[in-house]
Amino acid sequence: MKIPDLTELALRNLRESVLRNSLTTVGISVGVASLVAMLSLGSGLQQLFSRKLMKSGLFDTVVVTSRRDLRGMGREQERNGPTPGESRVLDESAREQMEHLPNVLEADPDIRFVAKLLYDDKPHLTMISAMPASMKSNDAFEGMQGSFFSSETAPEIMLQKSFAEELLGKTPPLGGAEPSVAELAPPLLGKEMILSYPQKVTAPSRTVPGPNGSAADLASASYSVVSREQKLKIVGIVDLDPESMRGPTRAKVFLPLKLAESLHVMQSTDLREISEAASDQPVYSSLSVRVKNPAQMQPVEDAIKKMGFTTFSILDASQSLRRVFGVLYAFLAIFGSLALTVASIGIVNTLVMAILERRREIGIMKAIGASDNDVKKLFFAEAGAMGVLGGVVGVLLGWAIGQIINFGTNIYLKSQSIPPEHFWAVPLWLVLFAIGFAILVSLLSGLYPASRAARLDPVQALRYE
Amino acid sequence: MASIPAGIPQTTSVAIRSENLCRHYRMGQTVIRAVDGVSLQIEAGEFVALLGSSGSGKSSLLNMIAGLDHPTSGSVTVQGRELAKMTREELAKHRLHVVGMVFQSFNLIASMTVLENVELPLRFAEVDRSKRDALAREALERVGLQARMNHRPSELSGGEQQRAALARALINRPQILLADEPTGNLDSRTGTEIMDMVREFNSKLGMTIVMVTHERALAERYVERLIFLADGKLVGDQENTLAMSSSQARSEL
Repeated sequence: MKIPDLTELALRNLRESVLRNSLTTVGISVGVASLVAMLSLGSGLQQLFSRKLMKSGLFDTVVVTSRRDLRGMGREQERNGPTPGESRVLDESAREQMEHLPNVLEADPDIRFVAKLLYDDKPHLTMISAMPASMKSNDAFEGMQGSFFSSETAPEIMLQKSFAEELLGKTPPLGGAEPSVAELAPPLLGKEMILSYPQKVTAPSRTVPGPNGSAADLASASYSVVSREQKLKIVGIVDLDPESMRGPTRAKVFLPLKLAESLHVMQSTDLREISEAASDQPVYSSLSVRVKNPAQMQPVEDAIKKMGFTTFSILDASQSLRRVFGVLYAFLAIFGSLALTVASIGIVNTLVMAILERRREIGIMKAIGASDNDVKKLFFAEAGAMGVLGGVVGVLLGWAIGQIINFGTNIYLKSQSIPPEHFWAVPLWLVLFAIGFAILVSLLSGLYPASRAARLDPVQALRYE
Repeated sequence: MASIPAGIPQTTSVAIRSENLCRHYRMGQTVIRAVDGVSLQIEAGEFVALLGSSGSGKSSLLNMIAGLDHPTSGSVTVQGRELAKMTREELAKHRLHVVGMVFQSFNLIASMTVLENVELPLRFAEVDRSKRDALAREALERVGLQARMNHRPSELSGGEQQRAALARALINRPQILLADEPTGNLDSRTGTEIMDMVREFNSKLGMTIVMVTHERALAERYVERLIFLADGKLVGDQENTLAMSSSQARSEL
């Protein structure tokens, strides 16, 4: 029989016992719906996590350090390539080179230093770090008070919540209720602080006589350190985790990046490069290289390694996260499939019943020329049709369930004053997969009934009343 | 015991030929010999009745000619092809194209209209949809049922149902019509109508007709040859000299 005929006859037969076949189809729908619900929860959670993690900047940033700082001693990448002493200095030319690598968004120096801040004439010693403007899109600034820096060079400052507490003398007792950012902001925003810091001033070129009277190349490497002060306006209070892994946020006070660069603050790592800085170029202890897409992380990292630097990224961490989600998916899929398995037994049952009921009809069809294959295909088509219908209805049902659960959960989240999230996603692949899987399961369920119907002896079937 | 008369040459005009054909069923310990060593030959264009009481094996013999059942031993050749050696797929083709069947209980599919029932064999034969409808209408016209083609079998009288079954049996233009008690569920008047129609197929279309019946009188009115079966064995094979023309048969009622 031709496929259109098969389809037509199958649908006609399904219509003949509407109630039973619709109940079976509903069974498949519920199975598919539970599968879709489970997997869309998994997919939604994954999207939610990767969205959050992406915004956190952990997954699109490669931290580059010079091999010379020996921090990664003994690590594998250290053992290959030039020895630390011979390797390249992480200076401005290297930074520019990295910024021009394909898929790199920006390469910012990590400037972090300890300095004294004066507020109300009281000194506060703290860790200060420079923050690139791109951090503005970071998730961590969602709960901030005030505003981000008005420009990259503005003499402005943002305070970490705990530092704000310190300034106001409101440090809570251990385990006690923490004041909220909104409480801390009003007395501080717009106020001025004075940053007192050591500035590195490169000395004018002059020749220092060497021990053997030779003029060494050390000439331009000498500089002096001068104490400076800079007035800064408090523009924002943020609730960042100072212990977070991302470099620039590991501080209590934040400066705009370009401003921080222009201050030429003496950093501890500068000491090591005294003898190496062959020019006036700034030398960095580390750089944060941001890539456009976490997927392009590996090639960028490799390219930087080839330049002779040590890199670190959380790519490995994200890969194991992907593995975790793979396992989660598998589990959800198994639980979701359980209902579909039960539904498939329903299909077998329905079709076996149909064979008993339609025994005579099968006998007639065989008597007038239907082959075993025609009969088999007909039952197969009926199973497949139930699969298609069940699959489509199931996807819609699963989607609806997802929407309801998402809605309900967000009401709960709101009551817990947590911003609502979209943790439910039904991607196209899931829709296609679910329908395809429903058809597959239905066809598998149809295998036994179909071959049983095909084997039916027409003489006996016709005798059957 | 009648067997194939010696000296009849095997020509292509032989429609059906069986040799020592057996069909045995096993029921528990006992073996039922439904057909037990039947040898016969039916020429193309013949109108033959298989007569016998119930259990004589006439339906089993018909089923084997139809390719619905496999012989236990012996051979049955239809239109020159040995059915015992055919695969199930080939037997299905045989039932589809070589023979047409009608039954006592009509065996129309209840969920389909008359037209759909009649065109069902065309679906199995994978005839194009566009041609199917015309062929089915034509067959229904031949049995005078075109007015009821969109009705379901349950809405038809017994005679009408059997006519629909005849139309279905004819749709693939088989050379042989096998009828298993075609008038068994009909009153004598509609039975006669059906038999007239069957005889017309024989005389006008040249179809070979094998009809199973236990009504000797009916058979004697229509068929050319009577074959008697008892306990699975062939017990008689004779020319029917009493056969009437259709007009005679009608006037007798």
